[in-house]
Amino acid sequence: MSIKTAAVTGNEAASYALRQINPDVVAAYPITPQTELVQSFSEYVADGLVDTELITVESEHSAMSACVGAAAAGGRVMTATSANGLALMFEILFIAASNKLPIVMPVVNRALSGPINIHCDHGDTMAARDAGWIQIYSENAQEVYDNLIQAIRIAENMKVRLPVMVMFDGFIISHGIERVDYLDDATVRNFIGTYQPNHPLLDIDKPLTFGPLDLYDYYFEHKRQQAEDIKNSKPIILDVAREFKEISAREYGLFESYHLDDAETAIVVLSSAAGTAKAVVDELRDRGRKVGLLKPRVFRPFPYIEIAQALSHLKAIAILDRSVSFGSFGGPLFTEIRSAMVEFKKIPENFNIIFGLGGRDINEQDITGIYNQLDEVVKSGKVKERVQYLGVRD
Amino acid sequence: MAKLKDLVNKPEILSPGHRLCAGCGASIAVRQILSASDDPVVVACATGCLEVATTIYPYTSWRSPFIHNAFENVAATISGVETMYQSLKKQGKIDKEIKFIAFGGDGGTYDIGLQSLSGALERGHNFVYVCYDNEAYMNTGIQRSSATPRGAWTTTTPVGEVIPGKTQYRKDLTRIIAAHNIPYAAQASIWRWSDLIDKAHKAFYTKGPAFLNVLSPCHRGWRFPLEDTIKISKLAVQTNFWPLYEVENGKYKLNYKPKERLPITEWMKPQGRYKHLLTPENESIVEEIQQEIDNNWERLLVLSGEK
Repeated sequence: MSIKTAAVTGNEAASYALRQINPDVVAAYPITPQTELVQSFSEYVADGLVDTELITVESEHSAMSACVGAAAAGGRVMTATSANGLALMFEILFIAASNKLPIVMPVVNRALSGPINIHCDHGDTMAARDAGWIQIYSENAQEVYDNLIQAIRIAENMKVRLPVMVMFDGFIISHGIERVDYLDDATVRNFIGTYQPNHPLLDIDKPLTFGPLDLYDYYFEHKRQQAEDIKNSKPIILDVAREFKEISAREYGLFESYHLDDAETAIVVLSSAAGTAKAVVDELRDRGRKVGLLKPRVFRPFPYIEIAQALSHLKAIAILDRSVSFGSFGGPLFTEIRSAMVEFKKIPENFNIIFGLGGRDINEQDITGIYNQLDEVVKSGKVKERVQYLGVRD
Repeated sequence: MAKLKDLVNKPEILSPGHRLCAGCGASIAVRQILSASDDPVVVACATGCLEVATTIYPYTSWRSPFIHNAFENVAATISGVETMYQSLKKQGKIDKEIKFIAFGGDGGTYDIGLQSLSGALERGHNFVYVCYDNEAYMNTGIQRSSATPRGAWTTTTPVGEVIPGKTQYRKDLTRIIAAHNIPYAAQASIWRWSDLIDKAHKAFYTKGPAFLNVLSPCHRGWRFPLEDTIKISKLAVQTNFWPLYEVENGKYKLNYKPKERLPITEWMKPQGRYKHLLTPENESIVEEIQQEIDNNWERLLVLSGEK
C-alpha cells in the first residue's frame, strides 16, 4: 500500500476516485459546480486511462436514464450532478432504486432554483431523500474520495444492490483546494473487486423483463422489500467502513462524534460546516466548556436509534439544517432526530437552526453563538424559538 | 426480400396472449419488425400501450430481454444498454452479436421523448428506433399528440360548436429525424409488410442509428371496425397521407407510388374521428388538408428525384 498526497479540489478528488474505480459506463451532463468533475474525468477517458465508455448525454434526465439502461445491462455505472440536474433526474432516481441498480453518483450540493443560485445548500439532495437511494454526506475532499470508493462496495453488495449518492458541498469543497491522501490504484481496485452482474439484461440466454407494469396486486410487496433492503444496508455500510480502515487507516461510521461523550451541549450538522464547528469545539474546550459535535454521515438509511442514543446524555442540542422543508415543523435533519429521540425517556432540550441557504456563509462566530445559546437553554430550561433562521435579514 | 414461408417459421419474440386490443396495429408492426433480425435482440420500450399490455407483472410477453424505464426516455435508456454492450465487448467480457431496438408510440417519440431521441441519434449509438405512430395518446384514452392529423377528433380536440377537431397539421417527424443525418430513416406501413420487413432488416444491419416510423392504426381511437386495420393502413398509403419512403445516407428514395392517388376523403370516410369533417360546412377544411397532402407529396417527389 502506497499513499500519494495531493493538493486538489473536491471535484478533482472525486474524479480521481472515478478513475481508480474505472466504471464500465459513465453518463453525465455538466452543471455548476459539478462541471469540473466531469471535465476532469473526460480527460482520463480521452487519455485512455480508463476502460469507461463516456456517454455525453443531452440532459440529466437522459444521464440517469442511460445509467439505468447501462446498469441493467450488467456493469459498473456512475454519473454526477448538482441541484437542478438532480431535480431533472428526479423521476428516474426512483426507477433506478426500485430496479435495484447499484449506480454510484457524486452530488455536489447546490441550492435549487428558484431563484437560480449556484452556491451550496442541501435542498437538492434533501428533496431526493425519499427516492430509495443510500445517501452519504462528506465533510471534505478526503471524505469525498473515501466515501466514493466505499460507495461502490456498499451499492454492489448482493444484500444491498441499491444506488448510492455521495454528497459534498458546492464550491466550499468542490472548488476549495485541500490535502488528500490517495490510495494506490491496485489497492483501490482490489478493495472494490470486479463487478458481479445480477440478472444482467445482456444475458440473451436468460431473457428477463425489466420495469414491468406492477399494479395493486404486487406493487406494495415490492415497495415493502425495498424498505427492507435499504434498512439492511446499515450493517453493510459499517462492514465496508471497517474494511476500508484496514487499507486507509481512516475511520468511518454512520456518523462522527467529536468530543461528544463528556459533552453537556452539542451541535448536529452535516458536511463542511462540521469542519468549522470542530474548530469552535476545540476553542471552547480550551476554555473549559463541555461542548461536542455530531456529524451524520449516512442520512439514508437514517441511523435514528444510534444517533438518538449518542445524543441522549446531553442537556441541550442544536440541530443545524442547510435546507428548508417548506411547511414542515423544521429542517429534515431536525425532524428526523427529534422524532428518533422519542425512543428515549429523557429528551435533551433542542432547537433547529436553518442556515447557509444559497451559499450564505456560516463562520466560527455564528457557531460560537449557537453554543452560547445552548448554554442559556440549559440555564433557563427554556427554548425561546424552536426553529430559527441563522443570520437572515428580516 | 424476406419470404413469408421463412418468416412464419421463425420463433416469435412477442408471444401471443398479450393484452393489446384485437386488431391493434402496433403488435402487427412489432412482430413484422422483429422477424427481420437474424441475431438476438434486446428490446426497450417507452411507457405506452405496447409496454403496459405486454408486461403486466408477474407475466411478460417478451421472449427476448426487455427493458421499460419511463415514458420520455426510451432512446436514452437503450443508449445506456448499447453503450454497456460496447464497453463489455471492448473489454472482452461479451462476444455475442446482439441487436438493440427501442419502441415508442407517437406520444413517446414526437412529443415527450423527442429530446432523448435526438440526443441518442446525434451520439450515434448502434440501435434501431421504431415509432409505432397511432396518431394520439391512445394509452391514456385518445388525447391529441403532435402526430394527430389536422381535423381529427380526439378527447382533447373534441368536435365542439366552434372548433371542429384538431386545428394544426401533424409534425413531420421522419424528416426531422432525417435531418440528424443518421445513416437510415424510413417511413413504412404494416400493409406493405415486405417493404416494412426489408426496411427493418436494413435498420438492424445499419451501423449506427436507424429510425422507422410505422403508421399503426388504432381502431379505438380512429373509430373503425377492428377487422379493418390493414385496409385502413392501405388507404393511408394510397391517398398519399402516409407515403412510403426511406432516407439512406442522406438519399431519399420513394418506395411506393400509387397508380392513381385516391382523394383524402377515401382515408377519412371509414374513420369515425373524421366524421364531422365530411359535412358541407367543413368542406373547405378538407380541401385545405388535401392541398397540404398534395404539397407534401410533391416535395417528396422532388427530394427523391422522381421529379
